[in-house]
Amino acid sequence: MAVVHIPALLLPLTEGNPEPTVNGKTVEELIDQLEIRYPGVKQRLVDGDRLRAGLSVFVDGSVRRDGLKCEVSPQSDVHFIPAIAGGY
Amino acid sequence: MSSITAPAREFKVIGTRPIRHDGEDKVTGRAVYGADVQLPGMLQGKVLRSPHAHARIISIDTRRAEALEGVKAVVTAADLPDPGDRTANLGELGEVPLKYLCRNVLASGKTLYHGHAVAAVAATTPQIAEEALKLIEVEYEVLPPVMDVLRAMRGEPALLHDDLFMDEMGEKSSKPGNVASHQRYQKGDLSKGFAAADHTLEREYRCATVHQGYIEPHAATAMWNADGQVTLWCTTQGPFSMRGAVHQILGIPLSRLRVIPTEIGGGFGGKIPTYGEPVAALLSRKSRRPVKVVMNRAEVFMGTGPTSGSYVKLKMGVSKEGRITAAEATLIYEAGAFPGSIVAVGGICMFAPYNIENTTIDMYDVVVNKPKTAAYRAPGAPNSEFATECLIDEFCEILRMDPLEFRLKNAAKEGDVQSHGVPHAKIGYIETLQAAQRSEHYQSKLTGPNRGRGVASGYWINAGLTSSATARVNGDGTVTLSEGSVDIGGTRTSIAMQLAEALGISAQDVIPSVADTDSIGYTEVTGGSRVTFATGWAAYEAAQSIKRQMREHAAEVWKVSPDKVTYQDALLRVEGDGSRQITFKELARGLYEKGVDVGARATVTPKGVGGAYATHIADVEVDPETGKVTILRYTAVQDAGRAIHPSYVEGQMQGGVVQGVGWALNEEYVYNDAGQMLNASFLDYRMPTSLDLPMIETIIVEVPNPGHPYGVRGVGEVPIVPPQAAVANAIYRAVGVRLRDLPMSPPRVAKALEAKK
Repeated sequence: MAVVHIPALLLPLTEGNPEPTVNGKTVEELIDQLEIRYPGVKQRLVDGDRLRAGLSVFVDGSVRRDGLKCEVSPQSDVHFIPAIAGGY
Repeated sequence: MSSITAPAREFKVIGTRPIRHDGEDKVTGRAVYGADVQLPGMLQGKVLRSPHAHARIISIDTRRAEALEGVKAVVTAADLPDPGDRTANLGELGEVPLKYLCRNVLASGKTLYHGHAVAAVAATTPQIAEEALKLIEVEYEVLPPVMDVLRAMRGEPALLHDDLFMDEMGEKSSKPGNVASHQRYQKGDLSKGFAAADHTLEREYRCATVHQGYIEPHAATAMWNADGQVTLWCTTQGPFSMRGAVHQILGIPLSRLRVIPTEIGGGFGGKIPTYGEPVAALLSRKSRRPVKVVMNRAEVFMGTGPTSGSYVKLKMGVSKEGRITAAEATLIYEAGAFPGSIVAVGGICMFAPYNIENTTIDMYDVVVNKPKTAAYRAPGAPNSEFATECLIDEFCEILRMDPLEFRLKNAAKEGDVQSHGVPHAKIGYIETLQAAQRSEHYQSKLTGPNRGRGVASGYWINAGLTSSATARVNGDGTVTLSEGSVDIGGTRTSIAMQLAEALGISAQDVIPSVADTDSIGYTEVTGGSRVTFATGWAAYEAAQSIKRQMREHAAEVWKVSPDKVTYQDALLRVEGDGSRQITFKELARGLYEKGVDVGARATVTPKGVGGAYATHIADVEVDPETGKVTILRYTAVQDAGRAIHPSYVEGQMQGGVVQGVGWALNEEYVYNDAGQMLNASFLDYRMPTSLDLPMIETIIVEVPNPGHPYGVRGVGEVPIVPPQAAVANAIYRAVGVRLRDLPMSPPRVAKALEAKK
């Protein structure tokens, strides 16, 4: 199962669990599984059919532009990090 | 002066120092920069700017300006489409509320900083346009300016936006305020880490608002044709991101907009945002003529994005053996007038040189009545790492440890988990420390009164993102290379060299150029030190395709299978048959004569970005009477991964140091109580010149990045990170005062010396 690293501000929603493991073939599926276990998480990570503005997803150490659609493996490490913006 | 610590050479082109392809155009003045664009019937555009830092716009009357002879168009925010609540997708810059982009281009409702654009005029001459600006009547209700981030966080003395609610990862505050967002990185157990410490220190650090100081002002020329096709010539770091922003601000189809990047006279991140480009387009639409808008220096300072001023509080615990056991930081960064500082990157970089088990970093993005901040060379990192590197120096003093030894003891390496949770890929920080230790500079003795030596390290994350390149083989065996990345720091040549290396031809046999948005695949901005890495990779991929095509053509001539044809050093042979061989140039000529076209294109989004580390050594002398700090000697050590063109790497290192020293010692936006900038000129905004600094010595370390075909890491940004702390630490060792507020200008140093007495 993939390891999802929970952002610090969302830890109250996962009962303090910083690295839950969940099944899924995409980032979206991982979040759906998290939502079943920890209701409210999805709303903090997702806006409609995409990642919330200002958020980016790192899979296995690399930032991924395909966001929710990004494919993951059972060995994947997934982090949600504030998007590196600021240039506009 | 410079040296390279590198593995044995294994390349023919990479690592050499060919003359840059665009050198002659640049030194003879033939290169066309933004302000050089001339079109038939072109008008001159000028922008009216707010005299107030914070004011409500009661009314704007443009009738007298429009009536002036020679004036062809006047525009205000009323000419922009209503952005509503839509977001603007700025590619790698993320999504932002479109209203903020629009309001920064032309103020609507309120002006939010001194110099905020309010209206613009197009006229037959710049003088008439200037006169017309004076005829525009704007009635303001002046409001209290919000200039300090700590007061701003408390909502004092006013709110900039009535509809700004603090976002904490999707949860909004119930009341509006000046804090746009709060984010947190957390790792390990902070209380356990501090309990394990033998020494704990807590300090506060401040950085002033500083500007990139690029020599070429912003310039944009727009031509809005009657058929709705818009062409934009501008000095920008990202023609595609500019196209995307202007398309969304003006509400015109992307396909109707072509952005042609001119040569660029410096950017350092400051030429990513959109300013006069949509204004020029609106004026062109209204006047039905091409319009050029060129800023003067004061407009650049007041109307474009500096980098964030900041407040950082840092607490760190260290064991008696010199291990950092815990670190806790609060970063508060100015966003300027609209949300979106780079505080999150400051957080990522802050402890990245070190392997610290227990860390927490809270980050706040705060709006103030200053220009909307923009990226500036390693944006966010100098502010936060200044604090880290200065506090480490205090621990070194307590523990009587050599500062490089302390850093080696705590240095991060591959696999160590960073503060934001992501493990390091292969990095070369330790190698920079070791090279600094071995350097003649560090081994030398510094003697004399009021002199001191400081060291500091720095990290920059670097970026990958999407890049495109196309290559075409010419009949004479040269190769024309088009790239989507604007060339700021010599990347035409560094990309051409990678193509040349892959093809086995000389760098001079590649003819590089920068293409516009209609002529090349999507390419993200020249920023994040990513171009030699990512666009170089695109060129490498194009070269692989060309090699494959050349093998296929040779195979056809020799009537063998392409897999029987080898390609090495621009020579094609039939495997195992020494009699059948042909050079790249001979084959190119033959194909040209037969009318066969050989070309390739590549678009890549590489993942294997390699972060960059630097360690700097600064020797200073402090004048105890005036507080003036003189840099006596300076050495920059940096891991370049692989230095494609060592001279350009050295140039980036030296340029970064110069900007960092300016930031350390002199540069700052000076405001009066009304929030008006008082030093919007290069006379009063004091950047270092060649007369202020010694030659910056460089040591390039090469720890190849396994995530790139040639081992490249971005090199352009990290050298601006260590200087502020290296100089501060040197000042302490020279005269015994710790300065924690930048700039460490003569009055501030003198005051600290006086207080010490």
